[in-house]
Amino acid sequence: MTAYTATVTVRLKHGVLDPEAETTKQALERLGFELEALRSADRFEVDLEADSIAAARERAEDMAERLLANPTIHDYDVEVDDR
Amino acid sequence: MTVSIIRFGGSNCDRDAERALAHLGIDAEIVWHEDGLPADTSGIVLPGGFSYGDYLRAGAMAARSPIVSAVREAAADGTPVLGVCNGAQIGCETGLTDGAFTTNESARFQCEHVHLRVERNDTPWTAAYDEGEVIEIPIAHGEGRYELSERRLTELEVDDRILFRYCDEDGEPSAAANPNGSKHNVAGILGDRKTVAVLMPHPERATLPAVGPTDGQGILRGFETA
Repeated sequence: MTAYTATVTVRLKHGVLDPEAETTKQALERLGFELEALRSADRFEVDLEADSIAAARERAEDMAERLLANPTIHDYDVEVDDR
Repeated sequence: MTVSIIRFGGSNCDRDAERALAHLGIDAEIVWHEDGLPADTSGIVLPGGFSYGDYLRAGAMAARSPIVSAVREAAADGTPVLGVCNGAQIGCETGLTDGAFTTNESARFQCEHVHLRVERNDTPWTAAYDEGEVIEIPIAHGEGRYELSERRLTELEVDDRILFRYCDEDGEPSAAANPNGSKHNVAGILGDRKTVAVLMPHPERATLPAVGPTDGQGILRGFETA
Protein backbone atom coordinates (compact mmCIF):
# COMPACT_ATOMS: atom_id res chain seq x y z
CA MET A 1 0.00 0.00 0.00
CA THR A 2 1.23 3.47 -0.85
CA ALA A 3 0.15 6.77 0.63
CA TYR A 4 -1.42 9.18 -1.83
CA THR A 5 -3.21 12.50 -1.78
CA ALA A 6 -6.07 12.71 -4.24
CA THR A 7 -7.16 16.24 -5.07
CA VAL A 8 -10.74 16.43 -6.28
CA THR A 9 -11.76 19.74 -7.85
CA VAL A 10 -15.50 20.28 -8.30
CA ARG A 11 -16.72 23.07 -10.59
CA LEU A 12 -20.07 24.19 -11.88
CA LYS A 13 -20.68 23.00 -15.41
CA HIS A 14 -20.17 25.56 -18.13
CA GLY A 15 -23.29 27.66 -18.43
CA VAL A 16 -24.62 27.04 -14.92
CA LEU A 17 -25.18 30.33 -13.16
CA ASP A 18 -22.85 31.01 -10.21
CA PRO A 19 -24.42 33.83 -8.15
CA GLU A 20 -21.79 33.58 -5.41
CA ALA A 21 -18.98 34.02 -7.90
CA GLU A 22 -20.82 36.95 -9.48
CA THR A 23 -21.21 38.59 -6.06
CA THR A 24 -17.52 38.01 -5.34
CA LYS A 25 -16.58 39.53 -8.69
CA GLN A 26 -18.65 42.62 -7.90
CA ALA A 27 -16.97 42.93 -4.51
CA LEU A 28 -13.54 42.78 -6.16
CA GLU A 29 -14.62 45.49 -8.59
CA ARG A 30 -15.78 47.64 -5.68
CA LEU A 31 -12.26 47.28 -4.28
CA GLY A 32 -10.97 48.74 -7.53
CA PHE A 33 -9.75 45.56 -9.23
CA GLU A 34 -10.21 45.08 -12.94
CA LEU A 35 -11.31 41.61 -14.01
CA GLU A 36 -13.35 40.04 -16.77
CA ALA A 37 -14.81 37.01 -15.03
CA LEU A 38 -14.45 34.93 -11.93
CA ARG A 39 -15.26 31.27 -11.39
CA SER A 40 -15.22 29.46 -8.07
CA ALA A 41 -14.55 25.80 -7.40
CA ASP A 42 -14.41 23.45 -4.43
CA ARG A 43 -11.21 21.52 -3.84
CA PHE A 44 -11.08 18.41 -1.67
CA GLU A 45 -7.72 16.94 -0.65
CA VAL A 46 -8.16 13.30 0.27
CA ASP A 47 -5.32 11.41 1.96
CA LEU A 48 -5.65 7.71 1.32
CA GLU A 49 -3.67 4.50 0.94
CA ALA A 50 -4.03 2.31 -2.11
CA ASP A 51 -2.23 -0.46 -4.01
CA SER A 52 -1.50 1.78 -6.96
CA ILE A 53 -1.98 5.30 -8.24
CA ALA A 54 -4.71 3.96 -10.53
CA ALA A 55 -6.56 2.43 -7.58
CA ALA A 56 -6.26 5.69 -5.64
CA ARG A 57 -7.64 7.61 -8.63
CA GLU A 58 -10.51 5.18 -9.06
CA ARG A 59 -11.51 5.52 -5.40
CA ALA A 60 -11.34 9.32 -5.51
CA GLU A 61 -13.41 9.38 -8.71
CA ASP A 62 -15.99 7.19 -7.01
CA MET A 63 -16.09 9.66 -4.09
CA ALA A 64 -16.70 12.48 -6.55
CA GLU A 65 -19.43 10.56 -8.38
CA ARG A 66 -21.26 9.51 -5.25
CA LEU A 67 -20.98 12.56 -3.02
CA LEU A 68 -18.47 15.32 -3.67
CA ALA A 69 -19.99 16.42 -6.98
CA ASN A 70 -23.59 16.59 -8.14
CA PRO A 71 -23.51 15.44 -11.78
CA THR A 72 -26.57 17.57 -12.57
CA ILE A 73 -24.63 20.79 -12.09
CA HIS A 74 -20.97 19.87 -11.63
CA ASP A 75 -17.92 18.67 -13.52
CA TYR A 76 -14.95 17.42 -11.56
CA ASP A 77 -11.36 16.36 -12.05
CA VAL A 78 -9.04 14.27 -9.93
CA GLU A 79 -5.28 14.53 -9.51
CA VAL A 80 -3.31 11.99 -7.49
CA ASP A 81 0.13 12.52 -5.99
CA ASP A 82 2.40 10.47 -3.76
CA ARG A 83 2.29 11.63 -0.20
CA MET B 1 -51.45 4.15 8.89
CA THR B 2 -49.26 7.11 9.69
CA VAL B 3 -47.35 9.67 7.69
CA SER B 4 -43.71 9.62 8.77
CA ILE B 5 -42.03 13.03 8.91
CA ILE B 6 -38.33 12.30 8.81
CA ARG B 7 -36.28 14.47 11.09
CA PHE B 8 -32.61 14.86 10.28
CA GLY B 9 -30.13 16.84 12.34
CA GLY B 10 -31.00 20.40 11.34
CA SER B 11 -34.56 19.79 10.12
CA ASN B 12 -36.73 22.63 11.40
CA CYS B 13 -40.07 22.34 9.61
CA ASP B 14 -40.84 18.87 10.94
CA ARG B 15 -43.11 20.17 13.70
CA ASP B 16 -44.82 22.60 11.33
CA ALA B 17 -45.59 19.68 9.03
CA GLU B 18 -46.91 17.62 11.94
CA ARG B 19 -49.21 20.42 13.09
CA ALA B 20 -50.42 21.16 9.59
CA LEU B 21 -51.20 17.51 8.91
CA ALA B 22 -52.92 17.18 12.31
CA HIS B 23 -55.05 20.21 11.43
CA LEU B 24 -56.21 18.33 8.35
CA GLY B 25 -56.94 15.21 10.42
CA ILE B 26 -54.04 13.30 8.87
CA ASP B 27 -52.21 11.07 11.32
CA ALA B 28 -48.50 11.86 11.30
CA GLU B 29 -45.47 11.39 13.49
CA ILE B 30 -41.92 12.69 13.51
CA VAL B 31 -39.35 9.96 12.95
CA TRP B 32 -35.69 10.43 13.85
CA HIS B 33 -33.72 9.31 10.80
CA GLU B 34 -31.49 6.94 12.77
CA ASP B 35 -34.54 5.03 14.01
CA GLY B 36 -35.46 3.88 10.51
CA LEU B 37 -38.79 4.00 8.73
CA PRO B 38 -41.70 2.62 10.82
CA ALA B 39 -43.42 -0.43 9.32
CA ASP B 40 -46.85 1.24 9.29
CA THR B 41 -45.65 4.23 7.27
CA SER B 42 -48.39 5.28 4.86
CA GLY B 43 -46.65 8.40 3.58
CA ILE B 44 -43.36 10.24 3.96
CA VAL B 45 -42.55 13.91 4.44
CA LEU B 46 -38.99 15.09 3.88
CA PRO B 47 -39.33 18.35 5.81
CA GLY B 48 -37.67 21.71 5.41
CA GLY B 49 -34.72 22.97 7.39
CA PHE B 50 -30.97 22.95 7.12
CA SER B 51 -30.06 19.30 7.49
CA TYR B 52 -26.38 18.92 8.37
CA GLY B 53 -25.96 22.66 8.12
CA ASP B 54 -26.24 22.47 4.33
CA TYR B 55 -22.65 21.17 4.36
CA LEU B 56 -21.24 20.43 0.92
CA ARG B 57 -24.59 21.18 -0.78
CA ALA B 58 -28.09 21.63 0.62
CA GLY B 59 -29.51 18.15 1.16
CA ALA B 60 -26.33 16.30 0.17
CA MET B 61 -25.61 14.72 3.55
CA ALA B 62 -29.19 13.75 4.41
CA ALA B 63 -29.53 12.17 0.98
CA ARG B 64 -26.73 9.73 1.86
CA SER B 65 -28.10 8.74 5.28
CA PRO B 66 -29.19 5.10 5.69
CA ILE B 67 -32.94 5.82 6.02
CA VAL B 68 -32.95 7.11 2.45
CA SER B 69 -32.72 3.62 0.95
CA ALA B 70 -35.91 2.74 2.87
CA VAL B 71 -37.52 5.93 1.55
CA ARG B 72 -36.47 5.03 -1.98
CA GLU B 73 -37.95 1.53 -1.66
CA ALA B 74 -41.19 2.89 -0.20
CA ALA B 75 -41.44 5.44 -3.01
CA ALA B 76 -40.93 2.72 -5.61
CA ASP B 77 -43.74 0.72 -3.98
CA GLY B 78 -46.14 3.64 -4.32
CA THR B 79 -45.92 5.18 -0.84
CA PRO B 80 -46.54 8.92 -1.27
CA VAL B 81 -43.42 11.01 -0.65
CA LEU B 82 -43.45 14.81 -0.38
CA GLY B 83 -40.21 16.79 -0.12
CA VAL B 84 -40.54 20.40 0.98
CA CYS B 85 -37.74 22.96 0.72
CA ASN B 86 -34.71 21.22 2.22
CA GLY B 87 -36.74 18.05 1.66
CA ALA B 88 -36.94 18.98 -2.02
CA GLN B 89 -33.18 19.48 -2.11
CA ILE B 90 -32.79 16.07 -0.44
CA GLY B 91 -35.22 14.52 -2.94
CA CYS B 92 -33.15 15.76 -5.86
CA GLU B 93 -29.87 14.76 -4.22
CA THR B 94 -31.22 11.20 -3.75
CA GLY B 95 -32.33 11.02 -7.36
CA LEU B 96 -36.00 10.55 -6.34
CA THR B 97 -36.60 13.58 -8.55
CA ASP B 98 -34.59 15.07 -11.40
CA GLY B 99 -32.52 18.23 -11.24
CA ALA B 100 -30.92 20.20 -8.45
CA PHE B 101 -31.94 23.13 -6.28
CA THR B 102 -28.99 25.46 -5.92
CA THR B 103 -28.05 29.03 -4.99
CA ASN B 104 -30.73 31.64 -5.71
CA GLU B 105 -29.94 33.94 -8.60
CA SER B 106 -29.96 36.80 -6.07
CA ALA B 107 -27.37 34.96 -3.94
CA ARG B 108 -29.63 35.87 -1.00
CA PHE B 109 -31.92 33.98 1.34
CA GLN B 110 -35.47 34.83 0.30
CA CYS B 111 -38.48 34.62 2.59
CA GLU B 112 -41.67 35.81 0.90
CA HIS B 113 -45.06 34.78 -0.39
CA VAL B 114 -45.14 33.69 -4.02
CA HIS B 115 -47.75 32.62 -6.52
CA LEU B 116 -47.67 29.17 -8.05
CA ARG B 117 -49.50 27.89 -11.08
CA VAL B 118 -50.83 24.35 -10.76
CA GLU B 119 -49.54 22.67 -13.92
CA ARG B 120 -51.66 19.53 -13.65
CA ASN B 121 -54.33 18.40 -11.23
CA ASP B 122 -54.37 14.65 -11.83
CA THR B 123 -51.90 14.00 -9.01
CA PRO B 124 -52.62 13.40 -5.33
CA TRP B 125 -50.84 16.66 -4.48
CA THR B 126 -52.93 18.84 -6.78
CA ALA B 127 -56.29 17.06 -6.98
CA ALA B 128 -57.77 19.79 -4.75
CA TYR B 129 -57.01 22.47 -7.35
CA ASP B 130 -57.96 23.22 -10.92
CA GLU B 131 -55.35 22.92 -13.63
CA GLY B 132 -53.92 26.39 -14.15
CA GLU B 133 -55.15 27.57 -10.74
CA VAL B 134 -52.95 30.15 -9.01
CA ILE B 135 -52.19 29.50 -5.36
CA GLU B 136 -50.25 31.55 -2.81
CA ILE B 137 -47.61 29.82 -0.72
CA PRO B 138 -44.52 31.13 1.09
CA ILE B 139 -40.93 30.35 0.19
CA ALA B 140 -37.97 30.55 2.57
CA HIS B 141 -34.73 29.44 0.97
CA GLY B 142 -31.28 30.46 -0.17
CA GLU B 143 -30.84 27.52 -2.55
CA GLY B 144 -34.05 27.15 -4.48
CA ARG B 145 -32.99 27.82 -8.04
CA TYR B 146 -33.98 24.80 -10.09
CA GLU B 147 -31.21 23.66 -12.41
CA LEU B 148 -31.32 20.98 -15.04
CA SER B 149 -30.02 20.68 -18.57
CA GLU B 150 -32.41 22.10 -21.17
CA ARG B 151 -32.54 18.72 -22.87
CA ARG B 152 -33.59 16.84 -19.72
CA LEU B 153 -35.95 19.61 -18.62
CA THR B 154 -37.70 19.43 -21.97
CA GLU B 155 -38.10 15.69 -21.50
CA LEU B 156 -39.69 16.29 -18.11
CA GLU B 157 -42.04 18.84 -19.64
CA VAL B 158 -43.01 16.43 -22.41
CA ASP B 159 -43.67 13.80 -19.71
CA ASP B 160 -45.79 16.37 -17.83
CA ARG B 161 -43.68 16.08 -14.70
CA ILE B 162 -43.70 19.78 -13.77
CA LEU B 163 -46.13 20.21 -10.89
CA PHE B 164 -45.86 23.93 -10.02
CA ARG B 165 -44.34 26.98 -11.67
CA TYR B 166 -43.70 30.40 -10.13
CA CYS B 167 -46.10 32.86 -11.73
CA ASP B 168 -47.68 36.26 -11.26
CA GLU B 169 -51.16 36.78 -9.83
CA ASP B 170 -52.67 36.12 -13.22
CA GLY B 171 -50.88 32.82 -13.66
CA GLU B 172 -48.23 34.05 -16.08
CA PRO B 173 -44.87 32.35 -15.37
CA SER B 174 -42.92 35.55 -16.05
CA ALA B 175 -39.28 36.28 -15.25
CA ALA B 176 -40.44 38.94 -12.77
CA ALA B 177 -42.48 36.34 -10.87
CA ASN B 178 -39.56 33.94 -10.68
CA PRO B 179 -38.11 34.54 -7.20
CA ASN B 180 -34.87 32.61 -7.51
CA GLY B 181 -33.95 32.20 -11.18
CA SER B 182 -35.34 28.66 -11.48
CA LYS B 183 -35.14 27.22 -15.00
CA HIS B 184 -38.53 27.53 -16.70
CA ASN B 185 -39.94 28.91 -13.40
CA VAL B 186 -40.04 25.38 -11.96
CA ALA B 187 -41.10 25.38 -8.29
CA GLY B 188 -42.09 21.73 -7.89
CA ILE B 189 -41.73 18.50 -9.85
CA LEU B 190 -42.85 14.91 -9.84
CA GLY B 191 -40.62 11.86 -9.58
CA ASP B 192 -41.05 8.70 -11.65
CA ARG B 193 -44.45 8.24 -10.02
CA LYS B 194 -47.14 10.83 -9.43
CA THR B 195 -46.99 9.88 -5.75
CA VAL B 196 -43.50 11.37 -5.42
CA ALA B 197 -43.23 15.14 -5.48
CA VAL B 198 -40.85 17.85 -4.31
CA LEU B 199 -41.33 21.60 -4.11
CA MET B 200 -39.41 24.53 -2.65
CA PRO B 201 -42.45 26.48 -1.33
CA HIS B 202 -43.87 25.50 2.07
CA PRO B 203 -47.45 24.15 1.98
CA GLU B 204 -47.27 23.43 5.73
CA ARG B 205 -46.83 27.18 6.30
CA ALA B 206 -49.99 27.88 4.33
CA THR B 207 -52.33 25.44 6.07
CA LEU B 208 -53.24 26.74 9.54
CA PRO B 209 -55.83 29.55 9.20
CA ALA B 210 -54.23 31.38 12.14
CA VAL B 211 -51.04 32.08 10.20
CA GLY B 212 -52.39 33.33 6.88
CA PRO B 213 -53.43 31.91 3.54
CA THR B 214 -54.39 28.24 3.53
CA ASP B 215 -53.71 27.40 -0.10
CA GLY B 216 -51.18 24.75 0.95
CA GLN B 217 -53.83 22.48 2.43
CA GLY B 218 -54.60 20.83 -0.89
CA ILE B 219 -50.99 19.71 -1.33
CA LEU B 220 -50.86 18.05 2.09
CA ARG B 221 -54.23 16.40 1.41
CA GLY B 222 -52.31 14.36 -1.13
CA PHE B 223 -51.57 11.99 1.71
CA GLU B 224 -55.30 11.26 1.97
CA THR B 225 -55.86 10.69 -1.71
CA ALA B 226 -52.63 8.96 -2.76
